Amino acid sequence: MPSARLPELTHELVHHTLDNGLRVVIAPDRSVPVVAVAVLYDVGIRSEPEGRTGFAHLFEHLMFQGSATLGKMEHPKYVQSSGGVFNGSTHFDYTDYFEALPANALERGLFLEADRMASPRLTEENLANQIAVVKEEIRVNVMNRPYGGFPWLELPGVMFDTYPNAHNGYGSFVDLEHATIDDAAGFFRRYYAPANAVLGVGGDLDADQAIALVEAQFARVGRRTRPARPDFAEPWPTEERRATTDDRHAPMPAVAVGYRVPDPADLGLDFLATVLLAELLSEGDSARLQQRLVQRDGLVTDISVYIGEFGDPFDERDPSVLTLTAHYPVRESLPAILSAIDDELERIVTDGLRPGELDRVRTRYVASMFRDLDSVLNRTLTFAKFELLFGSAEIALELPDRLGAVTAEDVREAAAALTPHTRTVLELIPGSAE
Amino acid sequence: MSPTRTRADAPPLVVPPLGPVPRPKRLTAAERTLPSGLTVLAVRRRSVPMVELRLRIPFQGSAASHPARAELLADSLLSGTEHRDRTDIAATVQGLGGSLSTSVDADRLLIAGSALAARLPEMLGLLSEVLTGATYPGAEVARDRSRLIERLTMARSQAGTVAHEALATRLFGRHPYALDMPQPDAVASTTAAQVRRLHAARVLPRGATLILVGDIAPQRTLDRAEAALASWAGTANASAAPALPDIESGPLVLVDRPGSVQSAVRIGGPAVGRTHADAPPLSLANLVFGGYFSSRWVENIREDKGYTYSPRSAVEHHVLGSVFTAAADVATEVTAPALLETQYELGRIASLPVSDVEVDAVRQYAIGTLALSVATQSGLASTLSSLAGSGLGLDYLATQPGRLAAVTTDEVSAAAAAYLAPARLVTVIVGDAGQVSGPLAALGSLTTAAPAA
Repeated sequence: MPSARLPELTHELVHHTLDNGLRVVIAPDRSVPVVAVAVLYDVGIRSEPEGRTGFAHLFEHLMFQGSATLGKMEHPKYVQSSGGVFNGSTHFDYTDYFEALPANALERGLFLEADRMASPRLTEENLANQIAVVKEEIRVNVMNRPYGGFPWLELPGVMFDTYPNAHNGYGSFVDLEHATIDDAAGFFRRYYAPANAVLGVGGDLDADQAIALVEAQFARVGRRTRPARPDFAEPWPTEERRATTDDRHAPMPAVAVGYRVPDPADLGLDFLATVLLAELLSEGDSARLQQRLVQRDGLVTDISVYIGEFGDPFDERDPSVLTLTAHYPVRESLPAILSAIDDELERIVTDGLRPGELDRVRTRYVASMFRDLDSVLNRTLTFAKFELLFGSAEIALELPDRLGAVTAEDVREAAAALTPHTRTVLELIPGSAE
Repeated sequence: MSPTRTRADAPPLVVPPLGPVPRPKRLTAAERTLPSGLTVLAVRRRSVPMVELRLRIPFQGSAASHPARAELLADSLLSGTEHRDRTDIAATVQGLGGSLSTSVDADRLLIAGSALAARLPEMLGLLSEVLTGATYPGAEVARDRSRLIERLTMARSQAGTVAHEALATRLFGRHPYALDMPQPDAVASTTAAQVRRLHAARVLPRGATLILVGDIAPQRTLDRAEAALASWAGTANASAAPALPDIESGPLVLVDRPGSVQSAVRIGGPAVGRTHADAPPLSLANLVFGGYFSSRWVENIREDKGYTYSPRSAVEHHVLGSVFTAAADVATEVTAPALLETQYELGRIASLPVSDVEVDAVRQYAIGTLALSVATQSGLASTLSSLAGSGLGLDYLATQPGRLAAVTTDEVSAAAAAYLAPARLVTVIVGDAGQVSGPLAALGSLTTAAPAA
């Protein structure tokens, strides 16, 4: 029973499916002369083969190295000389490729995505080059950076037992160096079938014209079998797990505490309540853990709580994780930090929420969704992601209502599920850079 | 060559041509300078039911104590008023569907926020309460001071931060532009009373700019802002920083970071401001060199050689001057070869004409990405706030595509010769000196600076 009035989230969405199985979500919006094109493939870090850690991400790089019609560097040049921007990113359960372009470049953007969906240009030379580039990416983001990759690269390895969930998603240098063109061709054939992808198109366009352009560009990609999606389920932990990791560049200790959360794809009240609980615990100076650990006890420099390895609760399927991270000056204070966290969770379980607390947390969360969806590119990616992971782009629009159904009692129960005996604690030990 | 094939009977494909260039949609806006000297700019963009807020207050200072006091002020500004404590302020913002944050650099104090558009009056009321009545409670400031010291320690453990400070020092010497990130001991000796005095002297409306962008009626919003901020008054003492020193050429500066698996290469030199006649051709020359993915430098040291992940150059505009910068983090063992290729590309663009094809590509990129950057409420608000630092506004946004369209290839070549010539630029590298100083010495003279903390 939400009492705060919130604006509706409305948006025209048009669906279409090609004969080759490609699902299309069109989101017209004529307020700015910009369009976005996004292709999401239903393959991510969890699906890469054993002995090939980091391969999903390496393959993402290879998709920019030329395609059926285009040579190396041509994809970036066509996008950018059209006045647009591009990128791609690899997630646990999917990989995305996208462009934001002036509205007059829509057909060109569709061509560029169709051309590499038809066939990326996989060569030994490009593979060797991109292995080198990815190694530099890992050096700059992880090896040469204090707290680099903490905790998303190492926490899964402590929390989970099976290779798909537990391994390092950036990959080991040894595995990257062993990647072959045959690996890449096999990965492409298996996972980059049109039937295993969702195409999102959004912005300043007419839906019918856009569908015609999509057909004209993507119908040439042959149909291939959609691979069966493996079950990555793991049993819930039954006891606390602890581990440490060394970071030679870090000047101060840090901790990550991971808790399993309900299956995001169910979008149940238990999961949505956990989403709001994470906000209530750490978002802004009025949040419970900010007040307790930063302001009252002065134990930590900062603290944050988020769901999903990359901070988006709606970015992966089961199993997913609520992660709490904190940096703190004195290593010996870790027991006090953990006990303060338990104490604050227990306080929610015992005393419930304060008057108005859930409403303002929910109001801010929904408003931040509006803000994210203001960007044509973010909107297009979001609709395509909900279509791919949760079966319906419309769910993105229903989230304010669904979150509106969460009660203080639901949040209390969500807090009760975060117990010390099912959590994982990963302590980062700072090393001297000598 | 490729193990995956298109079907043999497929016709040859052509890249679709571009359609007619879309016209930017007209913006409804209103601007007013209040009696207090605050300029308010309200722009309607109704895409989502939100409003973005940026309040930019001139905040240069030349005193050695200024950076620490300014940083602590920014951290503690939202920690209390006569009526509310830190938690109340944050809870109020949250209830408006909003956010409110502060940041400071050598030019300005920035208060940035957002809220549900329908709640803007309450947001403006809260903003006014903080501007006119922030109390900086002693206990709050003390805690913020400890946290700030910890955050500075964490920031300076980053190779990127060390490299940024090293380049700023190389470019600006002891000018405040090189010192805006405070030293821990200066923060430790800063008191709440000093922060309160700085607020009284400098958090004032004259010369400040408030940008409001969102699902709002511009004229009515100006009235609301004027009413809400009526009690914010006062004129700051003129306290501009001195003019920037001339940049002296000299040897490469190597900062030792033992155990670094990469070297942070940073290059910089003088550039010109947004309104200078050379600015449009320079912005295009920068793109051709290394300002976007399809540039010469990225193609060379990333896509051909694999030395680095994300090399990028830029023209950065500050109130007192502009600089050209180039940054790449390269593997330790290829530090010298990467610098050699970088010098080659800089020398090439400064000595040989650029092509029409290159200029047409970067022109479209510059015009297109300008439109993209202002295609959201937050992007438009941030862009306008940044332009306000150069005394520019919506007119500049509307006319900049025309200026870019008019630039000739010869003008781009001339700008590259004038501003990207390696002889005009200075270089700093943060890396493992034991491994890279020998190979680097083969390319030219170098000096070694104090090791990174």
